[in-house]
Amino acid sequence: MGTSIVEAIIDGILTGGVYALMAAGLTLIFGVMDIINIAQGIFVVLGAYLSYALSVHAGIDPFLGLLITIPALFVIGLGVEWGFIRRLREGDRTAMSILVTYAVSIIIEGVLNMTFSVNYVQIHAWYVNRSVHILGFYLADIYLFGFAMAAVLLVALYALLYRTRFGASVRAALQDRTAARLVGIDVRRVSTVSFGIGVAVTAAGGMIFGATNAFNASSSYDLISRLLAIVILGGLGSMGGALLSAVFMLVLEDVVAVVWSPIWATAVFFAALVVVLSVRPAGFFGRQVARAQ
Amino acid sequence: MHGGKIRRGSSRRRRSPLALAALAAGGLTASAVGVAGASGAHAPKAKGAPIVIGVSLSLSGDFSADGQAFQRGYQLWAADQNRAGGLLGRPVQLDVVSDASSPTQVVTNYEKLITINHASLLFGPFSTLLTVPASKIANRFGYALVEGAGGAPSVFANGLHNVFDVSLPVVDNLVLFAKWIASLPPSQRPKTAAYPTSNDPFTEPQIGPAQKILEAAGVKTVYSHVFPAEVTDYTPIADAVAASKAQIVVLGSVDVPTATAFVQAFVQQHYNPKAFIATGGPDQGATFLKAVGASNANGIMVPNGWYPGYRNASSQKMVAEYVKKYGGTPSGINSDVAEAYSVGQVMAQAVTATKSLNNATLIKYLHSGKIFSSVQGPVQFDAKGMNGAAAAFVFQWQKTNFVQVLPSTDPNSVKIQFPKANWGG
Repeated sequence: MGTSIVEAIIDGILTGGVYALMAAGLTLIFGVMDIINIAQGIFVVLGAYLSYALSVHAGIDPFLGLLITIPALFVIGLGVEWGFIRRLREGDRTAMSILVTYAVSIIIEGVLNMTFSVNYVQIHAWYVNRSVHILGFYLADIYLFGFAMAAVLLVALYALLYRTRFGASVRAALQDRTAARLVGIDVRRVSTVSFGIGVAVTAAGGMIFGATNAFNASSSYDLISRLLAIVILGGLGSMGGALLSAVFMLVLEDVVAVVWSPIWATAVFFAALVVVLSVRPAGFFGRQVARAQ
Repeated sequence: MHGGKIRRGSSRRRRSPLALAALAAGGLTASAVGVAGASGAHAPKAKGAPIVIGVSLSLSGDFSADGQAFQRGYQLWAADQNRAGGLLGRPVQLDVVSDASSPTQVVTNYEKLITINHASLLFGPFSTLLTVPASKIANRFGYALVEGAGGAPSVFANGLHNVFDVSLPVVDNLVLFAKWIASLPPSQRPKTAAYPTSNDPFTEPQIGPAQKILEAAGVKTVYSHVFPAEVTDYTPIADAVAASKAQIVVLGSVDVPTATAFVQAFVQQHYNPKAFIATGGPDQGATFLKAVGASNANGIMVPNGWYPGYRNASSQKMVAEYVKKYGGTPSGINSDVAEAYSVGQVMAQAVTATKSLNNATLIKYLHSGKIFSSVQGPVQFDAKGMNGAAAAFVFQWQKTNFVQVLPSTDPNSVKIQFPKANWGG
């Protein structure tokens, strides 16, 4: 049993890193724009489909393909922000964003269904089914690579936010949009770029998702509920919170699945979510904390 | 999804009313009314007002792959029926509305089909999850609901007299496999088995009977757990099965993603059971093969009531028509197509025999014990509306071929691959 628990913890950490990557964009978008992006799940699936298409039709390795899919999703994010988000009124943008991004999600789902059909597909590469034997455990290459990539991208995102002038603008907008405007920051431009970045990072998460799961466009529905739970637990707007809560969620679920029963894994996570929120209503790193970073 | 059974009870991701509204607004919900025309060379042309047959299908959402396969099956049947002169000399017209995989929407849809669209007959939706509420609505209005994908016990637990499932009853799906294992000489018979299953009305009822037979044969249960339909990560569950070193894995899966996730984890753990059977997923033809990888599919089994190579004249005709109309190869045909087609066949035979569209008359006739023919084989309804004459098979991927392996006495069965080949072999 002890071995199984350790294995479950390792699984949870590796998978949690990938989920953190998917959730990072969601929490960034909320932090800067007060937008709850329900379309984040379908963006993950879109990223998976793009990687799949490049792999199948152009023979491009999924990791290498990120050089194409990340910019592509960045551009798509800009387009969505320009076409849908920017037009929301300031006063009720958070509430309206749920409806609007849901509509975006449905539209993208329809396009994906028409383009790729509803049949499930999965990304294949030489490392997808391979594993390495370390200290008595078989660790899947794809999860190791995915975790490493997630770490690199999250560090890069952190560096962008905390080591660049643009990042300072983002953080200023994150703390107070009005004050940011007053000091000369182009909040609209910052918002647009932030939305693009938030969508772009899902390309990487989507690629790993597509390599570890058979998926179709409807797969986004499971994802969005998980991602929302992660960012709420971590604290809306907090990047570090997203990472911590993703790892917490996956480790907890995986350990419960092994120690107790898989059927209770999800329930225990949501019970833990309720407990944490009752003690810390803003999550691990709620908005006030996040904005004071 | 899969013949005789797949995802009949699937309960994964359900779409909210918000989603439905958005779908409707976006024009992505299909409200397709299709009339299959074309008269055959020797049949009198159907004429007069069409007979409207109402159907709610999951054309989007969680069950979209199955729902769209069902739609193709219904459409193929309607085209054939009209080519053969229609029903009672009138053309049949399918009135298909999408339920977006929602058990709530399916209720609204059948009410609309009955009260507003004035459908004369009803065909069933996809999955046990949607068939249960659909059958209640049909019963309230006195309609017969002939369906092909609601074979789980929960469909028949309500004591309704109007629901008829043309496919193999779900509880019998794994019995053939379990009996085959039990019949093996003790020296060859596996000693241990694992039973991971999704908490789904389609999968769970199958596990118990098989487990009971295997345990009676001395096959020790080393893992038996139910996992939720919406799993974030299958890895720890699959790893736990691998750690149990079970020689048989009986996976209660409803779809391709579940089955492929377990295969992927098993490959990564270098764990290869002697026998691996999944209730759903491997019967998805080319979709499963592509997702899991051809070399990893080798040796995986699935119970079912139909497959594209089934030696049945009407089945072979349907398969040929399907390939002609939609392209691809026979092995890529989803068994949902056959389930849907069978629904049309059975209803047509009942209407033709009674010369009536009166649903009370049809219900009485369907319960009369008459044997109907279908692309899935014979259909005979018992008192509950289950098909007591359904044939049970077990199929296996052997290299890239999907072949029938059980019953072993059936001349169409080929030698079963046991123990299964190594992954990638």
